[in-house]
Amino acid sequence: MTSEPGRLEVRKLGQVPYLKAIDGQRRLVEARKRDEIPDQLLLLEHPSVITVGVSGRRHRENLLASPAELARRNIDLLEVSRGGDVTYHGPGQLVGYPILDLKPDRCDVHRYVRDLEEALMRTVARFGVTAGRVHGLTGIWVGNEKLAAIGVRLSRWVTSHGFALNVTTQLDAFELIVPCGIRGRGVTSLERLLGAPPAWSDLEAAAAEELAVCFERSIVSSAVSENSTAARLWATRE
Amino acid sequence: MSTDVLMPQMGESIAEGTVVRWIKKVGETVDRDEPLFEISTDKVDAEVPSPQGGVLLQIRTEVGETVPIDTVVAVIGEAGEQVPSAERAPPTPAAVSATQGGSAAGPRSSGGARRLSPVVRRLAAEYGVDLDSLRGTGDGGRITKTDVLASVQSGAPPATVQVARAEPMSVMRRQIAQHMVLSRRTAAHVHTIFEVDFTEVSVRRQAAEPRPTYLAYIADAVARTLSEMPVINASVEGDSVVSHDHVNLGIAVALDWGLIVPVVKDADRMTVSQLDLAISDLATRARSKQLSPDDVAEGTFTITNPGGFGSIAGLPIINHPQSAILCVGAIEKRPAVVDNAVLSRLRSYLTLGFDHRLIDGSVADQFLAAIKQKLEAGAE
Repeated sequence: MTSEPGRLEVRKLGQVPYLKAIDGQRRLVEARKRDEIPDQLLLLEHPSVITVGVSGRRHRENLLASPAELARRNIDLLEVSRGGDVTYHGPGQLVGYPILDLKPDRCDVHRYVRDLEEALMRTVARFGVTAGRVHGLTGIWVGNEKLAAIGVRLSRWVTSHGFALNVTTQLDAFELIVPCGIRGRGVTSLERLLGAPPAWSDLEAAAAEELAVCFERSIVSSAVSENSTAARLWATRE
Repeated sequence: MSTDVLMPQMGESIAEGTVVRWIKKVGETVDRDEPLFEISTDKVDAEVPSPQGGVLLQIRTEVGETVPIDTVVAVIGEAGEQVPSAERAPPTPAAVSATQGGSAAGPRSSGGARRLSPVVRRLAAEYGVDLDSLRGTGDGGRITKTDVLASVQSGAPPATVQVARAEPMSVMRRQIAQHMVLSRRTAAHVHTIFEVDFTEVSVRRQAAEPRPTYLAYIADAVARTLSEMPVINASVEGDSVVSHDHVNLGIAVALDWGLIVPVVKDADRMTVSQLDLAISDLATRARSKQLSPDDVAEGTFTITNPGGFGSIAGLPIINHPQSAILCVGAIEKRPAVVDNAVLSRLRSYLTLGFDHRLIDGSVADQFLAAIKQKLEAGAE
């Protein structure tokens, strides 16, 4: 089966343990590389976990909590193969993993990250939040506080990992780390900015639509995609 | 024959990459397009496939090292093959002859037909010996170390005259180059020039203690006008116009080794003397390499001041992604007609370079006219 160009299958997956999501992503990336499936956008939440990216392994000082403290709070600690430093994922955070083939016309690392940021800024703008970029840093920011983090991996220009947007995230968990190794800046959430957070499903829909706009993809309706190759790959247990 | 593996360029604004993992070890076989190593640039990690099938003969860039793009990071060839040269990254500044016109970063296929030892290659490069002009005395006519040294001692002139040297750009130079070309290509550059009388400023300046520079008065007029006309302070991103809540003035500072644009944050909320102090502090720290990344971030408009070097007017390139830049020409006494009399007045040409995608000519002229009016007004 070959994919039709420009299609984006959106998969709303609910809460998924971090390692299971990594595993599923890996299968989907391999399938995308072989052109067996169209582009994917996985939308999910993770149970509480602190992940350390490739560049964070030499800077463990960005992890402020002891293993005992993490265990007490029921937070896992994992080393992962994405870019970036240390970050926290947890309930109330909308995690998006786009699995896109950037070939042939989007083969530019900076452009990809800028496009992700654009999609996120447009997403939160729909709910009345004006977020921006901070020169030299990734993610989207409101003032000096980060609203969404970005960490990306590429394999032959097929993307994995992605973004984490704080919706109702318990922000005190970020006190356990120096997010992304950047000191002197805080984190925020849509709930904190708006008082009341938007409905989860509205936010998922907005993120998918804005991502599709920014990457010039058309969303495949979920009814069709439920029986897709990608759905079977995601559900596969090894 | 061996193949060099280069640090790939993963985007047009990317000048370097960091090796974070070697997937293959030296001596292992790799297929063409099989992942060979992983690199990291910004917040993005990428697997790099092997350009060629073969055996990984040498790794030149270790995990954790950051090298410019196009640097040779590894060599792939056949099992047992000799690695062509043992020098490590960064790429050596290669002497390029006028006839050859090659580049140091291009594929190195020299010696394709003949087999040369690394020592011979290195000696030949060091002494500028043209290997094609030598007759080898080794096995099968191979050129040996003795042949090269004999040629050097006999004083034989190099076959080609060396007229140019190619050296890799510094990272700063490369970033400036890419930034300028990006801006030129992205923004629809237009320039407009106003002549401004600084006589009133000089009167205000005489009265101040300590005495601010003329640039501080210009920065003050610019910052206040930017807060009145936010479109000049905005930027274009894709199809969107991004307005900025803050007026953050970049001040271009010439360095012996390049150019940097530190930023005075919230310049519209500062007095002339505060601006004067802030500019002088940033310039001093720029020249002593004491700027932090934050000092050069988030600029919304730039002022460049080539008048200090004697230029009477410039046509500057906009500091991308900003939308406009003010260029200050030399402030000097010139004959000027005032009330039908020719008087000596202190004057200067101010050029506004602006992005016509966002700013129309009439708006740009209103902006400069407002700056001119503020600078020419008498002391309040």
